[in-house]
Amino acid sequence: MSERAASITPTEEQDDEQLEDAEITDSASPETDDVSDAETTGPVTNGAESVVRALENAGVEYAFGVQGGAIMPVYDALYDSDITHVTMAHEQGAAHAADAFGIVSGDPGVCLATSGPGATNLVTGIADADMDSDPMIALTGQVPTEFVGNDAFQETDTTGVTTPITKDNTFAADPDRVGSDVSEAFALAREGRPGPTLVDLPKDVTKSDTDREPDDPRVPDTYEVQERADEELVDAAAERIENSSRPVMLLGGGVIKGEASEACREFATEHEIPVITTMPGLGAFPEDHELSLEMAGMHGTGYANMAITHCDTLIGIGTRFDDRLTGGIETFAPDAELIHVDIDPAEISKNIHADYPLVGDAETVVEQLAAAVDASPQAKKWRAQCQQWKSDYSMAYDAPEDEPVQPEFVVEALDEATSDRAIVTTGVGQHQMWACQYWTFTEPRTWVSSHGLGTMGYGLPAAIGARLAADDDQEVVCVDGDGSFLMTLQGLSVAVRENLDITVAVLNNEYIGMVRQWQDAFFEGRHAASDYGWMPEFDKLAEAFGAQGFRIDDYDDVAETIEEAIAYDGPSVIDVHIDPQANVYPMVPSGGDNGQFALTEEQL
Amino acid sequence: MKRGLEGPAPEERPTPAGRRNKQGIRIDPEVEAIHEPRRTVISALVEHEPGVLAEVSGLFSRRQFNIESLTVGPTADEDRARITLVVEEPDPGIEQVKKQLRKLVPVISVRELAPDAMRRELALVKVDAENPAQVNAVADMYDANTVDSSPETATFEITGARQKIEAAIETFSQFGIREISRTGTTALARGTDDTAAPVSATESAAEAANQPDQTYTADDD
Repeated sequence: MSERAASITPTEEQDDEQLEDAEITDSASPETDDVSDAETTGPVTNGAESVVRALENAGVEYAFGVQGGAIMPVYDALYDSDITHVTMAHEQGAAHAADAFGIVSGDPGVCLATSGPGATNLVTGIADADMDSDPMIALTGQVPTEFVGNDAFQETDTTGVTTPITKDNTFAADPDRVGSDVSEAFALAREGRPGPTLVDLPKDVTKSDTDREPDDPRVPDTYEVQERADEELVDAAAERIENSSRPVMLLGGGVIKGEASEACREFATEHEIPVITTMPGLGAFPEDHELSLEMAGMHGTGYANMAITHCDTLIGIGTRFDDRLTGGIETFAPDAELIHVDIDPAEISKNIHADYPLVGDAETVVEQLAAAVDASPQAKKWRAQCQQWKSDYSMAYDAPEDEPVQPEFVVEALDEATSDRAIVTTGVGQHQMWACQYWTFTEPRTWVSSHGLGTMGYGLPAAIGARLAADDDQEVVCVDGDGSFLMTLQGLSVAVRENLDITVAVLNNEYIGMVRQWQDAFFEGRHAASDYGWMPEFDKLAEAFGAQGFRIDDYDDVAETIEEAIAYDGPSVIDVHIDPQANVYPMVPSGGDNGQFALTEEQL
Repeated sequence: MKRGLEGPAPEERPTPAGRRNKQGIRIDPEVEAIHEPRRTVISALVEHEPGVLAEVSGLFSRRQFNIESLTVGPTADEDRARITLVVEEPDPGIEQVKKQLRKLVPVISVRELAPDAMRRELALVKVDAENPAQVNAVADMYDANTVDSSPETATFEITGARQKIEAAIETFSQFGIREISRTGTTALARGTDDTAAPVSATESAAEAANQPDQTYTADDD
């Protein structure tokens, strides 16, 4: 064996699996208690301690991850820290949990993984956070610097792989700098438009001696964020709003991330402007308010899509005009002058030309607008029209008792059984759309879902992260699909171990339902690989994991079972057998005209 | 089994008369035309650190921007490098190139250069030299320097604007060109104008934010 190869000791790598369940997470363990304060706050002695110190300085409470060879020094340093490490069953779950933690708390969630497969398993979760601009930091182990580029055991070019899906990433090359690299990653993740950042940590760098304390979290000088929009443009936009007769506000995820919900609510109610949200914007405006038209886009409400199509002034705040929102560009809000508020200049006129580009922090700019608008738009007729559309295209469904349970009914029952502040997480598919449509969102940071990337399997690990970020009195409900749940359900082991009070409702139609719906609509009903008739019994599976299992087969069970599952103190899974033929409507086919949404399959 | 929701069918709904073009611009008399691609030079000052070029080039490949050339080299400040890009895109695309570049954390500043900016490219051209006198005459015409010669070949170095180099290559081709290596365009703004230099936060943000830079229509040089 060459000298180089000998320095990776094979036994060390083999030990990884056994180390996974080490009691790192148990803050009450005697070992942790025995650690003196002097030791946890004492001077940094190596790179890994500097990394952990940087996390502590940033106020990190939880980190989600999986142990492994190259990240071991960091875990060793975490062992003495007050940070609670939550060992996940798979790194993808760690990334989603960290992502959800960031969405609910507003502070970057932290996930850790070892080099190679650990890092690549994070990739889906990082890409997800990137698409949704969620603050997150990923710390990945890397093979020792001398092996980097040699295709060493468990080596991947992690910074190379994650460059397109991170806001910024760093290969930490210097033990004296590594702590500051992490501080900077933390600061960058939350500053301006949030996003995931990654620091790749070669094992020799984290093992090396250093007494350098990390610098305070600050963003690099080259990263500049404009907080206030140009006053002249604000005045021009205000004038446009005053003179509009068919105004609409479109609130995106940026409203929630920028803590601008309150300012937007005040602005909308003061000037009586109808409000639409995007999917990531759910919760930015109370959906039970008269001005709310709920969500627009592919599966948005008919009234939101009518309003967005016919408005003359569109005030888009913190939205990137994703194609699922806009449908075909040609027919998107074709009569509207667009006032676009965004903190990221690159979003301005990227998809839809902005007539009034207002770059800045959402809350600040909305306050600027509020100060600049002197008179409310004369839009009484328009508001009446919007109300008319609300009744014309009401979101109703039939639920005949002799037919299988309709999914909408289940979502409404879950909403009914929980408080306004309950947090909803979902996977991706039909169940996600029913959750959007039939849950009445009223508060920001209560909707946790995979929007831009559309990651099936997001729901359960997100519920774990959300649970730890949420207040104790907030219920956490994961509305999942059978296909989605199957992708990451190993996370149940984590929920059971940590006794996390979450309720998973699997809307089980034994299909990968959204695909089945599209196959029926666009592929002549040929159900290629979408028939999931081989699903396990999820209630029994839950019990095998040590969670509480429930099953719903008909309407009589719904309310009672949901109540029991919510009341259960710990993870519970309800296997809800819904109507396998239920579909999501309204629907705007890809690239279609929002105003031409289909209400039935025949209209597609 | 009936599926779907109640409400007026698509054909019973009013539709607005307006439309947007593919670039998301409302089609009205002022902006009816779709922007045609134009060629322009963008200069970026970046941190001189590993991975920056990969980040920049990755950005372009990922977003399918049409890059004609990309050159990079050190500057007077050893911590900074300059990247010069020639892009051919419609105006909205050029705006996106600039904004996306500015988003990258190691990028310090980005400028689109005026049409009168100094733009130079270097080409090495290796030609058959069976007739040295004629070859040298052509070389003289384009101020090309001989950098290597052998009984069969002559290699010339030509610097200048892209058009000059294209013209030289065209003329040299009569002798038979064996190999060409070209650098792509590098450029600096004229006089006291900044190319892409560190700028104050407010200035750069305001510029990045809202106002498209002036629209230049001129081609190279």
